[in-house]
Amino acid sequence: MMDTFAALAHGMAVAMQPMNLLYALIGVFLGTAVGVLPGIGPALTVALLLPVTYKLDPGGSLIMFAGIYYGGMYGGSTTAILINTPGESASMATALEGNKMAKAGRGGPALATSAIGSFVAGTIATIGLAFLAPWLVDFAVRFGPEDYFALMCVAFVTVSATFGDSPVRGLTSLFIGLTLGLVGIDKLTGQARLAFGIPELLDGVEVTTLAVGLFAVGEALYVASRRHHAEEKLEPVRGSLWMTKEDWRRSWKPWLRGTLFGFPIGALPAGGAEIPTFLSYSTERRLTKHPEEFGKGAIEGVAGPEAANNASAAGTLVPLLTLGLPTSATAAMMLAGFQQYGLNPGPLLFAERPDLVWGLIASLFIANGMLLVLNLPLVGLWVRLLAIPQPWLYAGILVFATMGTIAAKPSVVELSMLAAFGVMGFLMRRFDFPIAPVVIGLILGPIAESQLRRALAISLGDPMVLLQSPMSATLLGIALIALLAPFVLKGLGRFKANED
Amino acid sequence: MTPDAASENLRPAPARRVDRAGVVIAAALAGLAAVLVWDASKLPSTTMYGMGPEAMPVVIAIGLVILAIGNLIDALRGNLPPRESMDPKPVGLIIGGLALLIAIIGFGGGFILATSALFVTTSAAFGRRAVLADTAIALVITTLIYLAFDKLLTLSLPAGPLERLL
Repeated sequence: MMDTFAALAHGMAVAMQPMNLLYALIGVFLGTAVGVLPGIGPALTVALLLPVTYKLDPGGSLIMFAGIYYGGMYGGSTTAILINTPGESASMATALEGNKMAKAGRGGPALATSAIGSFVAGTIATIGLAFLAPWLVDFAVRFGPEDYFALMCVAFVTVSATFGDSPVRGLTSLFIGLTLGLVGIDKLTGQARLAFGIPELLDGVEVTTLAVGLFAVGEALYVASRRHHAEEKLEPVRGSLWMTKEDWRRSWKPWLRGTLFGFPIGALPAGGAEIPTFLSYSTERRLTKHPEEFGKGAIEGVAGPEAANNASAAGTLVPLLTLGLPTSATAAMMLAGFQQYGLNPGPLLFAERPDLVWGLIASLFIANGMLLVLNLPLVGLWVRLLAIPQPWLYAGILVFATMGTIAAKPSVVELSMLAAFGVMGFLMRRFDFPIAPVVIGLILGPIAESQLRRALAISLGDPMVLLQSPMSATLLGIALIALLAPFVLKGLGRFKANED
Repeated sequence: MTPDAASENLRPAPARRVDRAGVVIAAALAGLAAVLVWDASKLPSTTMYGMGPEAMPVVIAIGLVILAIGNLIDALRGNLPPRESMDPKPVGLIIGGLALLIAIIGFGGGFILATSALFVTTSAAFGRRAVLADTAIALVITTLIYLAFDKLLTLSLPAGPLERLL
C-alpha cells in the first residue's frame, strides 16, 4: 500500500516536470481537437497522432499519449451530444439522451455533466488502476509462457465472439487480424512468412497503417457511400453552460454508479466499454425519479454512461500495463505506442522502468484535471471544429491520415496497404463485421504465438504443458466457455421460441 | 440481432434468398486459407522441439476454413444483417484519389501535389463542385502542413518539384 503511494509520488514528480506538463497539455489539446471530429473515436485519435510523438523520448511520448487518450474520449462525447454521431459504440448511450438534451436547448448542462462525470470517473478509476496494478503485477510475475498464451486466448475470444452481434463475424475479423500478424520475418527462426518476396513486407504490417486504414479511410468511404441517406445536424449550444443545483443533485449518483460498472468490467481481460455504458444506462433508467424524461433527454442518462465509459477506459489500462494485454482498439494503439520504443508493457516494465509506468499513471490524473479546466471554457472552439463542412472535414481527415504513413514510410507498398485496409474497413462496415478484433489480432497474435512456442520449447514439444499449469488450464476453460456460450445461448433461445 | 432477424430464424423457409455477397466473403476467406497453407508449405521445418514457423499459419488457416463455412451458412440462409443502399460514385472517387496519391508519391511528385490530389477528390466525393477553389485550398493547406512538419518537427516528407521551390 505504502509502496503504491511512494511510486505514485515518484510518478507525479516525473509528470510534473515542466516539459512533461507541456507534453500532457499538447496531448490533451490535440486529443480533444481530433476526437471531437465526427466519426473519429479515441482509437483513431491515438492512431492519427502516433506519428506526432515519433521524435519525443519515451517518457514524454507516453505522457502525451495519456493526454491524447483522455482528450479523445472527451472529444468523442462532445460529438455524441451535439450531432448524435457517436464515434464509437461506447458513446452510443451518451448520444441517446445527450443529443435529446441538446435539441431541447440543454446542451450546456449535458456537456457539463459529461465532462465532470468523466473527470470524477476517470480520477476514481485511475486511483483504482494505481492500487490494482502492483497487486496484479505481483501475481503476473509468476505467469509462465503457457499462462500468458491462455490469457491471450481468453482475450481473443471475449473481444471477438462473446459480446458481439455475431460470433461468426467477430471471429472472422479476429482471424483476418491474426493472418495479418503472420506477415513478416518470424522472430524465432528468421523465416519470412507471407512476404511474397516484397521487401517492405518483411517488417510485418504496421499497426498504425492498419488502424488508420480501417478506421479513417474505411469510415470516410462508408460515410461517402451513404451520404444520400441523412445529413447530420449540429445542435447549437443554447442557454447556460452550467449545471443547476437540480442537475448536480441528479448527476452525482449516476457518476458514481457508472464508475462502479465501468472500472471492473474494463479491467477484466474481456474489455469493451459498450457493456458498462449500457448497464449504466438501463440502471439509471430504472432508478430515476423522472422516468418520463428518459428518451427525451434525461441528465442521468448522460451522466451515468459517460462516467462508465471513462472508468472502463482507465480500467482497460490495468490489463494493458500489467499484462501487456490490450482489450480494446484504443488499448491496442497504446500498445503500439509502447512498441515503437521497443517497450513491452507487463510486470517487467514495472520493475525496469518504474519512472515510465508511474509517470504515465500520474499524468493520467493530470490530463484528467486539465481536461476539466480546458474543456468547458473551450467548448465554443470545439463546436466550431464540428461545424467544418463535411467535404473539407473528410478531405482533411484523409490528408492527415495518409500523412502519418507518408511520414513514417513513404513507400508505394505501404500506401497501397493503407488504401487496401481502407477498402477492407469500408466493406467490413458495410457487411457489419466488427473492426476492433482485426487490430487486436494483429498486435496480439504474434505475441500469443511466441508465448505458445516458448512454452512448447520448454516442455520439449509436449502440448500437455498447457493443461498442466492450473492457471493456464483454467483460463483455457474460460476461453472455451466464452467461445461456446453465444452459440449455446442462441440455440437455447431458438429452442425456447419454438416451444411457445 | 434485430427482432426481425430473430423471428426469421424460426422459419427455415425456402423463400429466403441466398446472399451473394456473403458467398463471396466465404470464398475469399477460403482463398486466404489456401494462400496461408501454400506459403507455410514453402517454409523448411527446422525446429527440433515444439512448433516451427509453419505451424501457426496452418492453425489459422484451419480457423479460416471453419469461419468460411460459418459465413457460407449465414449467407445461404440469408442471415446477414440488412444493408442500406449505397452510392458507388463517391467511393470510386475516393479510391481514385488514393490511387492518384500513390502514383504521385511513386513517381516523385512530392507530398504537396499528392495530398492535394486526395483532398480535391475526397471533397468532390462529398458533393463539392468547386474543384478550382478546392484545389487552391488544398495546395495552401498541404504546403502549410509540409512546412510545419519539415521545418518545425524535422520530420521528412517526400519532396517533389513544388517542395524544392520552398
